[in-house]
Amino acid sequence: MANKIPRVPVREQDPKVRATNFEEVCYGYNSEEAMLEASRCLECKKPGCVSQCPVGINIPAFVREVREGNFSEAAHIIAQDSSLPAVCGRVCPQETQCEGKCILGVKGEPVAIGKLERFVADWSRENGGVPLEKKPSLGIKVAVVGSGPAGLACATDLAKNGYDVTIFEVLHKAGGVLQYGIPEFRLPKSKVVEPEIENLIKLGVKIETDVIVGRTVTIDELMTKEHFAAVFIGSGAGLPRFMNIPGENLNGVVSANEFLTRNNLMKAYDSSYATPIYAGRKTVVVGGGNVAMDAARTALRLGADVTIVYRRTEVELPARVEEVHHAKEEGVKFAMLTNPVEVLGNEKGWVTGIRCIRMELGEPDESGRRSPVPVEGSEFDMECDVVIMSLGTSPNPLIAATTPGLETNRKGCIVVGENVETTREGVFAGGDAVTGAATVILAMGAGRRAAAEIHKKLSTEQQ
Amino acid sequence: MFKILDKKLLAPSIYMMEVEAPRLASAAKPGQFLVVRDDEKGERVPLTISDFDASKGSVEMVIQTIGASTMKMCEKEPGDAFADVLGPLGCPSEFTAMSDEQLKSTRFLFIAGGVGAAPVYPQAKYLFQRGARVDVIMGAKSAGMLIYEEKMSKVCDNLFICTDDGSKGFHGLVTAKAKELVAEGRVYDQAVAIGPMIMMKFAALTLKELAIPLTVSLNTLMVDATGMCGACRVTVGGRTRFACVEGPEFNAYEVDFDEAMRRQTMYRDIEGHDREDYIEHHKCNIR
Ligand SMILES: Cc1cc2nc3c(=O)[nH]c(=O)nc-3n(C[C@H](O)[C@H](O)[C@H](O)COP(=O)(O)OP(=O)(O)OC[C@H]3O[C@@H](n4cnc5c(N)ncnc54)[C@H](O)[C@@H]3O)c2cc1C
Ligand SMILES: Cc1cc2nc3c(=O)[nH]c(=O)nc-3n(C[C@H](O)[C@H](O)[C@H](O)COP(=O)(O)OP(=O)(O)OC[C@H]3O[C@@H](n4cnc5c(N)ncnc54)[C@H](O)[C@@H]3O)c2cc1C
Ligand code: SF4
Ligand code: SF4
Ligand code: FES
Repeated sequence: MANKIPRVPVREQDPKVRATNFEEVCYGYNSEEAMLEASRCLECKKPGCVSQCPVGINIPAFVREVREGNFSEAAHIIAQDSSLPAVCGRVCPQETQCEGKCILGVKGEPVAIGKLERFVADWSRENGGVPLEKKPSLGIKVAVVGSGPAGLACATDLAKNGYDVTIFEVLHKAGGVLQYGIPEFRLPKSKVVEPEIENLIKLGVKIETDVIVGRTVTIDELMTKEHFAAVFIGSGAGLPRFMNIPGENLNGVVSANEFLTRNNLMKAYDSSYATPIYAGRKTVVVGGGNVAMDAARTALRLGADVTIVYRRTEVELPARVEEVHHAKEEGVKFAMLTNPVEVLGNEKGWVTGIRCIRMELGEPDESGRRSPVPVEGSEFDMECDVVIMSLGTSPNPLIAATTPGLETNRKGCIVVGENVETTREGVFAGGDAVTGAATVILAMGAGRRAAAEIHKKLSTEQQ
Repeated sequence: MFKILDKKLLAPSIYMMEVEAPRLASAAKPGQFLVVRDDEKGERVPLTISDFDASKGSVEMVIQTIGASTMKMCEKEPGDAFADVLGPLGCPSEFTAMSDEQLKSTRFLFIAGGVGAAPVYPQAKYLFQRGARVDVIMGAKSAGMLIYEEKMSKVCDNLFICTDDGSKGFHGLVTAKAKELVAEGRVYDQAVAIGPMIMMKFAALTLKELAIPLTVSLNTLMVDATGMCGACRVTVGGRTRFACVEGPEFNAYEVDFDEAMRRQTMYRDIEGHDREDYIEHHKCNIR
């Protein structure tokens, strides 16, 4: 039965030390800690936690196995619903999902579901993993565009069902945002991301990097010339937004995507890699999401004095609570209710500062959040030499532009029907390309859903 | 891995490399570029596709060694391979949308500066083969720095050579030659200038006076070259555009060249160190 013990704290790297390296911040639980934490779960009959997990992992069941020390069993239970638990355990916004509706959270602290999931996934990987079962080959080719969580999950399920799957990825490394966006200190690449990709290759999935679908080859060519029976588009939402304020093209203003890509995909933090990065001495990051936190903490590690500028208050910050907490511990400063109106520069065209205006919260908008309104006459200047814009992203229009009949909505997101098929027959889509920038778990769920629909469609066609 | 099939030294510090890349070769169109990463630790370097052969499955690029990355790339030999070659990227030249009929009655003037001759070549070839009128002005510092002269002469009606030092052809700048041609009574419906940013800026000033529409190909900094980072942003017609996906070719009269030139230098200080480091620590065989 449940203990009255408090939530078992997780061991982390000392903030002062980790602010100077790119190693993982959180060490995770060991077996004893995990079993103790698992013993707090009440095994609710109607578990709130499960209802809030986008893929409905059987949380009480896997947590019970952890409590009993049956880690392999626990891994099998998670594997029924998730194909990327080591990733989701690390990056899901648990406070608004599973842990947000944990009954223990009403009076105290919720069960550390994310940390337990991560523990199980790491343990399982280090102990041989959940065996990959694969049906005999059907001899049917399916193409997957993009190797982010949506594409990886879709490819995994299709390969398990016997399809001959090829992933086409434009970058030189597979993984999508897991590779180029989320930094090493939150999601280690060789320890967590790359083993997931290797598993796929073990399943027989082919990965062709350096292929930009829409230019190197079109969706139509894949289907007619290369005989792919179906295509899944999981191309994400990688197009960065800017503010369109004066001075935004000065030297020293970069998008968070550029900054993070240089650092993560191109490994600019390691001087043996050729790609340059400039993190600045005094650096302002504009935005309040996970991307902004990642950019800020990366700049900090590269030696900058970093301030996050956000137009609402801390309560509205869309980033995971844990990341905000970690950022503060490491020394990132926060300027809330502040919005840039102009980037200031010198005669050489380099950033020297940013002019901001103070904001106050007004009436709630459609999203239910109180919308910020500028306080007239409250402009002030902040000194800085680098500005990192982290204002969100939208889907890249290339695929839609090169695939006749593929419909997108006003925001550039690919339109799908009930069975996640697009307006082009045999072409399915999911993840950020359909929803706009969202989360890893939603993208993974969408990829799995599409795999099931593709299987349904192709197996009825076979009959 | 993408195998290097051939390599030629075209002029001091300028190399041609032919690489096996079948998918790219069959999709490439004039005006497009590719990205090369030489090895695991390399930068993503954008380069124009200077020729492509779908039947052979190969593409050619012309590389001028500027900094550490281009120097390292040019140390490779046939039989070696690049880790990555991605493309074709960017939009094909606007004229690829014109019918052969239209092309036959259109007179093009190309202005190529330095290695700009490489990207001009596939465009001139495409147009010349379809019956358009093509004149090419090709400029270099001196006779020894000219590239593609022989190849180019086969894909245009008239090739005009200019050198800064007068060691070959017209003694002077490509812009002066363009003025001279128009003064002689030659008429052009469309011009294309490709070369160093500063040359394109002056080409824009000159051709505007001559009232000839002008397209330029912008060699901005790039990281992914797929529209994901915005490193390549340029102001065109008062709006911010991403050169890698919306370009690299733009209407010259709308480009903010001063901003574009300034943005190119963003990493110069850091890169400058790299270059010195590289020359110091490696026995460089390419100068
Ligand atoms: C910095 C950052 C931090 C984040 N932090 C979190 C977090 O903590 N928790 C969380 O849940 N979510 C987080 N997210 C969001 C999450 O990463 C995304 O929602 C998720 O990755 C979307 O998955 P996807 O598979 O749809 O797309 P992506 O992961 O974007 O993958 C798409 C892939 O498709 C490729 N591609 C695109 N176009 C083409 C083409 N034409 N041809 C071939 N390939 C193409 C791309 O290169 C990319 O590899 C973060 C995002 C970023 C950028
Ligand atoms: C669409 C496109 C097409 C291109 N086509 C060709 C081509 O066909 N042949 C060719 O030789 N080069 C071409 N370039 C330029 C080429 O990409 C750069 O020369 C190369 O990236 C320099 O890399 P590096 O590491 O050797 O030099 P770096 O060490 O990166 O730079 C050395 C110096 O050159 C400057 N520099 C860096 N990049 C550029 C650039 N893009 N333009 C001008 N100066 C730059 C830097 O500020 C620095 O001062 C093209 C660029 C683009 C964007
Ligand atoms: S996948 Fe995410 S939401 Fe679901 S249980 Fe795991 S951490 Fe919670
Ligand atoms: S809601 Fe909390 S206590 Fe109840 S089953 Fe889920 S994790 Fe356990
Ligand atoms: S180079 Fe990254 S968006 Fe153009």
